[in-house]
Amino acid sequence: MSGLLDKRLIFVTGKGGVGKSTVAISLGMLGARAGLRTIVVELAAQDRIGATLSGVAVDTFVEQELAPGLFTISIDPEHAMDEYLRVKVGPVGHALGSSKLFHAFAMATPGMRELLTVGKVWELAQLERRTRGAAPYDLVVVDAPASGHGLGILRTPRTFAEIARVGPIAHQGRTIATTIADPSFTAVLAVARPEEMPVTETLMLRDALAEDGLALHEVIVNAVYPSRFDPGEVIQLRQAAEDAPSPLARAALRAALSEGDRAANQQRQLARLADGLGERPVELPFVFAEDLGFPELEGLADALGAGLARERRRTRTPRTPAACAAEELA
Amino acid sequence: MSVARLLDGKRICVCCGSGGVGKTTTSAAIALGMAAQGAKVAVVTIDPAKRLAGALGLEELENEPRLVAPERLRTGGLELRGELWAMMLDPKRTFDELIERLAPDPGSAEEILANRVYRELSTAVAGSQEFTAVSKLHELDNEYDFDLLVLDTPPSRNALDFLDAPGRLTSFLEGRMLKMFVRPTGLGMKILGRGSGALAAGLQRVTGIDLLADLSTFFRLLGGMTEDFRVRAAAVEKMLMASTTAFVLVTSAQREPIDEAIWFRRTLRDTGFPFAGMIVNRVHHDILGSGEHLASEVTAALSEGLDLGDALAAQVAENFHDYHVLARRDAKNIARLERDGDGRPLLLVPHFDDDVHDVDGLLLVHRYLFASDEERARMIAEVVA
Repeated sequence: MSGLLDKRLIFVTGKGGVGKSTVAISLGMLGARAGLRTIVVELAAQDRIGATLSGVAVDTFVEQELAPGLFTISIDPEHAMDEYLRVKVGPVGHALGSSKLFHAFAMATPGMRELLTVGKVWELAQLERRTRGAAPYDLVVVDAPASGHGLGILRTPRTFAEIARVGPIAHQGRTIATTIADPSFTAVLAVARPEEMPVTETLMLRDALAEDGLALHEVIVNAVYPSRFDPGEVIQLRQAAEDAPSPLARAALRAALSEGDRAANQQRQLARLADGLGERPVELPFVFAEDLGFPELEGLADALGAGLARERRRTRTPRTPAACAAEELA
Repeated sequence: MSVARLLDGKRICVCCGSGGVGKTTTSAAIALGMAAQGAKVAVVTIDPAKRLAGALGLEELENEPRLVAPERLRTGGLELRGELWAMMLDPKRTFDELIERLAPDPGSAEEILANRVYRELSTAVAGSQEFTAVSKLHELDNEYDFDLLVLDTPPSRNALDFLDAPGRLTSFLEGRMLKMFVRPTGLGMKILGRGSGALAAGLQRVTGIDLLADLSTFFRLLGGMTEDFRVRAAAVEKMLMASTTAFVLVTSAQREPIDEAIWFRRTLRDTGFPFAGMIVNRVHHDILGSGEHLASEVTAALSEGLDLGDALAAQVAENFHDYHVLARRDAKNIARLERDGDGRPLLLVPHFDDDVHDVDGLLLVHRYLFASDEERARMIAEVVA
């Protein structure tokens, strides 16, 4: 399993539009199947996971059971702050929570929203939940924002610890930062598509994480086309497309050639990614469906499980994007 | 409807949409097309694909627009009658420059830029990146003589951040909290101590005094610039609301981006921003316009006069079926977009065999965007049949 499900906390990030939420929920399903009490966390009150799967709107900040052992929650900074104050600061905190002035102060403070959000994520991953009566989770999967902002979320606790130095925020920041940096507890996972920009961004994310002393545990490449036609067949298809007498045959052959091109382009990007990473990433198949519902997600969870269980093969020494770019230009 | 008609008489084109829908490419293709028609155009982008940036001659982040050498595009067969300029925005540096510009004196500017809270977190202020982008646009609008500015908006989790940005940053600077901090009588805890005792104690307990001191300096310094920020934000908002500005929504044909596009279009309409039209990228067109075909029909057609073998023919049929699933999906989502619409133009760009990240790809997208409806339909028919 590449040890991924041994972690308690997994951040799923990647460029916008690559399917982070899909991978996060598939991973959650995988965790639940393995008997882990799992929660998939959505940030910034988007409520997409709950809405997709249960067909109903979800209350923000409520832990909701989607399937046996599989929960979801949507975290927003305002609720996170109310809870933090209530639980952590006590009666004074309660008074603070109802103070508009305090809210304005906290929300206007740069980075505070991120800190509160990641603070709640951290709380969900504790065996001793500070929310009274709340049951602990074995696995917390975070559907994190796109690369840049996602990195910000991971970085914020440490930044706060450095700025504040003393006091509860510094302390809290340090605790969370330590948890995030602990590879036996936390994993960061990047989702990409086999396309130019997402591949480049994934390699950049890997380097940016390394600067913060964090490792990219796994890269998942989403929506990989099947390689239906080998080069010899492509030649055959090209000839046939010219000879085909009927419009239907021509259209079907054109579509096949098109798909062959796309698959080949994807394979080139996959190779570039593997080259940059120094190992083959996990691949998820393109889903030819009108919508992603439970059955499709179950299928993706199967593929993800198989991909994570694979033998890790190093392709070569990992290289920096700059080195890759230089090579490409040459 | 072509983009040229969509932008007739416009000075500013703001491309918005959720992440990963091809916003950067679309912005660049729009700018390219308008420059080809004779306009002096600048495209302002944040973090484009490296190769695309290279193609336009943007090797690094720069905060001033640069002329794209026409030879770069001529190799792709496009003559520019006008000029194409491009710049890749560095949000952090732009924000620093804004501070330098608005600070009452160089000393204050220096103090802000050196403030630890500002340094660590200046880009994290909600909406600061968005504000920076539109603010730069305003500057370009005033200081250069471009006929058209095309803005590729920053990838934003919530597209509304972008429209809110000027107002939000102002209200952040004008907040009551801020006023307390910037009172000349003293800083942070001292002032708060005179207010509610519980509040002060709580603040101290939650934040730690150290942080509070840095924060109060940060707020005090920025607070001194509130009026200038407000004036600037108002000017920026006026520019975005002007009838010479066009908001173009970019989306792909999948469910979620379409949902977001519908929501964003409603928001534009409700808030009175000038919405011009939508561009849907990566559309799988129904190839024969006749819907799905049975696998047996396809394999039968493939056996007429061809010798592919059963296995290969079956693969081709299966592929054709899968393609139509996506075509059906896209058609359904686009219909949803149209149903909700107000008859504003909807431009469809097909799903290409390669993702667009170089000059050739840019020229290809540009051809679709600047074609008339009839030309576009013909191009699609030629590609697929």
